Amino acid sequence: MTHKLTSGNQVLSVDTLARVEGEGGMHVHVADGKVRDVHLRIFEPPRFFEGFLRGRAYTEPPDITARICGICPVAYQFSACLAIEDACGVEVPEEIRVLRRLLYCGEWIESHALHIFMLHAPDLLGYDGAIEMARDHRGIVESALRIKQAGNELMTVVGGRSVHPVNVRVGGFHRLPERDELASLRPTLAGALEESLAAVPLLSGFDFPDLEQPYLYLSLDSTNGYPLETGNLLTSAGLSAPVSAFTDHVVEQHVAHSTALHSTFDDQLYVVGPLARYTLNHAALSPLAQEAARAGGLGPTCRNPFKSIIVRLVELIYALEEAIAIIDTWSGAPVAAVAVPPRAGVGHGATEAPRGLLYHRYEFDETGTITSAQIVPPTAQNQPSIESDLRAFVQDHLHLDHEELTRACEVVIRTYDPCISCATHFLDLDVEQV
Amino acid sequence: MADSRPTLAVWKFASCDGCQLTLLNCEAELLSVAEQVTVAYFPEATRAVVAGPYDLSLVEGSVTTPEDAERIQEVRAASRQLITIGACATSGGIQSLRDFADVTEFMSVVYAHPEYIRTLNRSTPISAHVTVDFQLRGCPIDRHQLLEVISAALQGRKPRIPTYSVCTECKRRGIPCVAVADGMTCLGPVTQAGCGALCPSYHRGCYGCFGPQDTPNAPALAERLRAAGMAEADVIRTFRQFTAGAEPFRAATTPTPPKVLSNRGAERPDSTAPRSGGSAGGGPS
Repeated sequence: MTHKLTSGNQVLSVDTLARVEGEGGMHVHVADGKVRDVHLRIFEPPRFFEGFLRGRAYTEPPDITARICGICPVAYQFSACLAIEDACGVEVPEEIRVLRRLLYCGEWIESHALHIFMLHAPDLLGYDGAIEMARDHRGIVESALRIKQAGNELMTVVGGRSVHPVNVRVGGFHRLPERDELASLRPTLAGALEESLAAVPLLSGFDFPDLEQPYLYLSLDSTNGYPLETGNLLTSAGLSAPVSAFTDHVVEQHVAHSTALHSTFDDQLYVVGPLARYTLNHAALSPLAQEAARAGGLGPTCRNPFKSIIVRLVELIYALEEAIAIIDTWSGAPVAAVAVPPRAGVGHGATEAPRGLLYHRYEFDETGTITSAQIVPPTAQNQPSIESDLRAFVQDHLHLDHEELTRACEVVIRTYDPCISCATHFLDLDVEQV
Repeated sequence: MADSRPTLAVWKFASCDGCQLTLLNCEAELLSVAEQVTVAYFPEATRAVVAGPYDLSLVEGSVTTPEDAERIQEVRAASRQLITIGACATSGGIQSLRDFADVTEFMSVVYAHPEYIRTLNRSTPISAHVTVDFQLRGCPIDRHQLLEVISAALQGRKPRIPTYSVCTECKRRGIPCVAVADGMTCLGPVTQAGCGALCPSYHRGCYGCFGPQDTPNAPALAERLRAAGMAEADVIRTFRQFTAGAEPFRAATTPTPPKVLSNRGAERPDSTAPRSGGSAGGGPS
């Protein structure tokens, strides 16, 4: 819904953003040819996870925090596991790390396929959504659904189900997958890889608007390959630091004019997610994924949010290839989980959710009861940059027709794949009446 | 001429989006479902909006804010059939853990400026606010059950959704009982079927994400756990998970468990749970 005001002032306002996870809106106020105010409005009700985690047992955050987001539950489960294991002084065996990476590949495949083809591509092809797009491009949508299904099947075998998997626990898994269960996934994954590679020319062939993000990029590094389930902090300013240093650099502020906790890194706007991962870890991609990136017109870095669809496609190709490689070399593990005895202390954990770095921090007493919890989801970290991008974009496109400009702003927001359900900190208070 | 197909709307309240995603996860069936209905409102999937009223509304999430308490009335008024999907919509969800605590204190933990926040003290299921035509359980819901519920609604029949316990599914699948054979804590006896005994098949006890079965005896199971040596704090945590707001699970951990045998003349168990019982300390399980 938009409102055009008299005297050259206008307010672009979208009550409910479509094709984002969770519910949010947008509010842009233009006066005298200048953008005065930009808000990504979040009206996802607060759910208080950090509040009710206190008093729970140290074994519980993987299952509880998964419920923050149905689209990336594995990210929550693994960031929680790492933080708890860190506090308890336990490092899981290599086989467990690899199996976690495999399950995480499933989540990336499912989530990236959803975003690329069903949430983002309709903008490029000019449809309201994938269902409408299917009327003219049924082949693309069916192919997308098969790729997405490959990710869901992988999550179902390794995790038990794709939304809120049941097989993850602190220290490892409840049950190890059988070799033939994993092998049965291979043809589906190989087919999805072929179909993803085939999508490169289609999705990279659009005329993407120019927009160069000036922000600091933050992701995990390539300690164990392209970052998913492990790694240290790495920034485009060259900083390398352990995950435990996260809160030394990142400050969350609850600002009055906004509906969210705004994060800054060393007082700067920063971005997490595919563009940051790709730009900081391009060298760790497989040769096939690098080739797909080249074919898609990308260099070794990418700072244009409109091209994030190509970066996600490259990451999708990488995740499919990596999943196949893990399945082909999997020879079992000595135990499904290692013992993680409780102790008093603090633990930090971070993994790369499909939308970017997800940080967890817990404090425990000597019985393993949680005394404090902090969760910093990717969308909360990106929100100030989304607003900054919108401000710059609107200022440069004031010549567009009102409806066109509103729609273009929605596209800018969707390039971030914002997950508002994730943003446990978000709330709505800024209801400007116009 | 207007489209004569029934209209489908999908609404979100406080939730994780996982149950809506389950609809999109019906990959093989999604396009054929989309052909049988007009997707009239489903912002997670499409920008297009068709005005109500809607033949079928699927509602995800619980009511946690004053605005949402009003919005659900509007959704009900615009819906011929309203079906709630998932643990949040049917029981209040994980966020109903606030019901057992001090929300003002929670806000001060999460937000530097709690005065900016408007929220209710309790997270309540949709059925606490409006008449609901059917409730589909699960955290998340099962996609086969979702397809059955949608089909039944479109065909004007009662959905075939079992209300017996997870134990029944476990026995049917021939899974050895994890409670008996391995001594694991398992909520299977009091939890509604629908997941296919998923957790026991992954060698862990059921954690009750489909909520109470038809005729649960949760206080009796709580007594068994205590008799097996479980600390009270862990008994409370066991029942206060993803469907903590469901009355039978609340009743299992009230300060004085209701008498389960001679119930003639007995009063209903106190539905007001202790405000801070869940945050008591205690050993890990």
